[in-house]
Amino acid sequence: MRPSVSALLTTAGCAALLALLPFALSDYHRGLVAQVGIYFVAILGLNILVGYSGQISIGHGAFMAIGGYTTAIMSRDHDTNLVLTMLLAFAVCFVAGLLLGLPALRLSGVYLALATFALAVSVPQIVLKFDKFLGGSNGVQSARTVSHTWLYAASWTTSAIAFVAAWLVLRGRVGRAFRAIRDSEVAATSSGVELPIYKTLAFGLSAAFAGVAGSLFVMGTNGFAQPNEFDVTLSLQLLVGAAVAGLGSLWGLPVGAAFVGLLPTISKDTPLLGSSHGQDVVFGVLVVLVMLLLPQGFAGLLARVSRLRTRPESP
Amino acid sequence: MSAVAATQQNRVARAAFRPVNVLLLAAAIFLLVGSLTSQIFAQQTVAGLAQGAVYGSLALALVLIYRATEVINFAQGELAMATTYIAYQLIQWGLSYWLAFFLTLVIAFALGVLIQVVAIRPVQHKSVIAVVIVTVGLFVLIDGLVTWKWGADIKFMPAPFGQQVYHWGGVAISRQDIGTLLLTVLTVVLLWVLFQFTKLGLGMRAAALRPAEAVLVGVRVDRMLAIGWGLAAVLGAVAGLMTEANQFILQPSLMQAVLLYAFAAAVLGGLESPAGAVVGGLMLGVFLNLVGQYVHFVTAQVRLPFAFAVLLAVLLVKPSGLFGRKVVRKV
Repeated sequence: MRPSVSALLTTAGCAALLALLPFALSDYHRGLVAQVGIYFVAILGLNILVGYSGQISIGHGAFMAIGGYTTAIMSRDHDTNLVLTMLLAFAVCFVAGLLLGLPALRLSGVYLALATFALAVSVPQIVLKFDKFLGGSNGVQSARTVSHTWLYAASWTTSAIAFVAAWLVLRGRVGRAFRAIRDSEVAATSSGVELPIYKTLAFGLSAAFAGVAGSLFVMGTNGFAQPNEFDVTLSLQLLVGAAVAGLGSLWGLPVGAAFVGLLPTISKDTPLLGSSHGQDVVFGVLVVLVMLLLPQGFAGLLARVSRLRTRPESP
Repeated sequence: MSAVAATQQNRVARAAFRPVNVLLLAAAIFLLVGSLTSQIFAQQTVAGLAQGAVYGSLALALVLIYRATEVINFAQGELAMATTYIAYQLIQWGLSYWLAFFLTLVIAFALGVLIQVVAIRPVQHKSVIAVVIVTVGLFVLIDGLVTWKWGADIKFMPAPFGQQVYHWGGVAISRQDIGTLLLTVLTVVLLWVLFQFTKLGLGMRAAALRPAEAVLVGVRVDRMLAIGWGLAAVLGAVAGLMTEANQFILQPSLMQAVLLYAFAAAVLGGLESPAGAVVGGLMLGVFLNLVGQYVHFVTAQVRLPFAFAVLLAVLLVKPSGLFGRKVVRKV
């Protein structure tokens, strides 16, 4: 799987655009685009699990919460460097993902969906229950806050690293094993792919990416980790973003991330339907429309376009 | 001859003594004995049954959709909430509660059919995940529409069964609970009759379970699936109206927790099994009420996580629910 020249050029172009963009944006918009970068990392993680290894999760908001609380608590109690807390969040969520991946081995399809959904529902409630350590509904305030420019740089640098790392992992032996499992577990086993190892590994990796995103997410909310920021809606938004981006491909990710990261804010700023609840209506209608028009997401559209372009040359 | 009869008898005996049935029987005996010895226990059990009946009817709606479309309809709860608001509006316009109730069921049916035709049918055969995302989109959309039309503040509706409380040997049981229980059970029984004894029901079962073969014998599969979504919406409307009557207030978040419990109930019963969904709902309702009464660690905050933890434990022992059949796939 060698990358084509056009793909490399597009990636380089996107990277250059993102590097130059902050100079043209106001502080507020820089914060907004940084948010898109955070969603990018989380959706990338979800796509590894759902799109490549074929296991569904509607609970990735929970891993974002675990990562976010790791950052906030380490910063509050030990004043740890924020970049270091991101690495910690990666490690903690990797382990958490492996742990969830173990019972997930026995479940599949809708039953796995329920198990992960349960996680998404439980995490905010558990924060409320153990309020001494986790701050309850007041949340945890980290010791330091960051500027929008810092967040922009951090989130898109992380996105770039995550993207390259994911691409390297997915094009090699591991990615091949994931795809084999997704397409047929029986065929994968008989070709020597060890299901338990790769299925839990997919969970771990995916959760670790989401954890880093959660860490950035908390920095984006002025260093506040709060339970209601990580409710079920966040998990569902990630799933919507992954589906809009297109599962099983990395090229649609920016669109999916922008969809969930920008759309609610844009439609809130546009006076529509004469009330502040118009944004939900717009978001819902667009989600349904995108799925009706592009059931394979944006990556599916890209694949169709590139097929159209190459068809005249092939016999 | 006698050998055949013996195996027949054996099979019947084995079906009766399946672990699940034994467990259910034990639970029923436990509840009965508990209710006879303690008044509070009896009270909590009846209230739990009423609450569980609501979970069960929404769970049944989820199962109907799952059998027909093989997805969990995330918008089911919001649709139920929206139809409850429609009933509220009808009552505001001067209709009596029960007239509004039945009119709402008709409207709910139409809405369910409409959603299937407009939003689900075009993606149904393309990708499962796309259908799931469409229902998530509908969730947000319906929520937004209701909040836009009626606002997020609390509304009140008249109580359908009155505020009366019966005292029966020291056990206080509200008329509301009995009404909820009877009404939901009646709905479920009517639905069962429709599915089991009418030609329409037969066609719907055929369309859901064996679509390709159903087409060959002349069943209009698309129409049957649309009717299935309509019936699920009707069940949801009953659940929504009864939830409103139990909570006394109406707000856009009415059904969100109930949907989660219904999801849990449906999975507990095994997603393929309508009877399992209803039994699962009743069990969950009673179980949560009793645990809330007697186990002090389980406060209102951890009620939902606790329910899911128990459910996960059940799933790890029986990965396809209590009444679900193990799926055997041909490779």
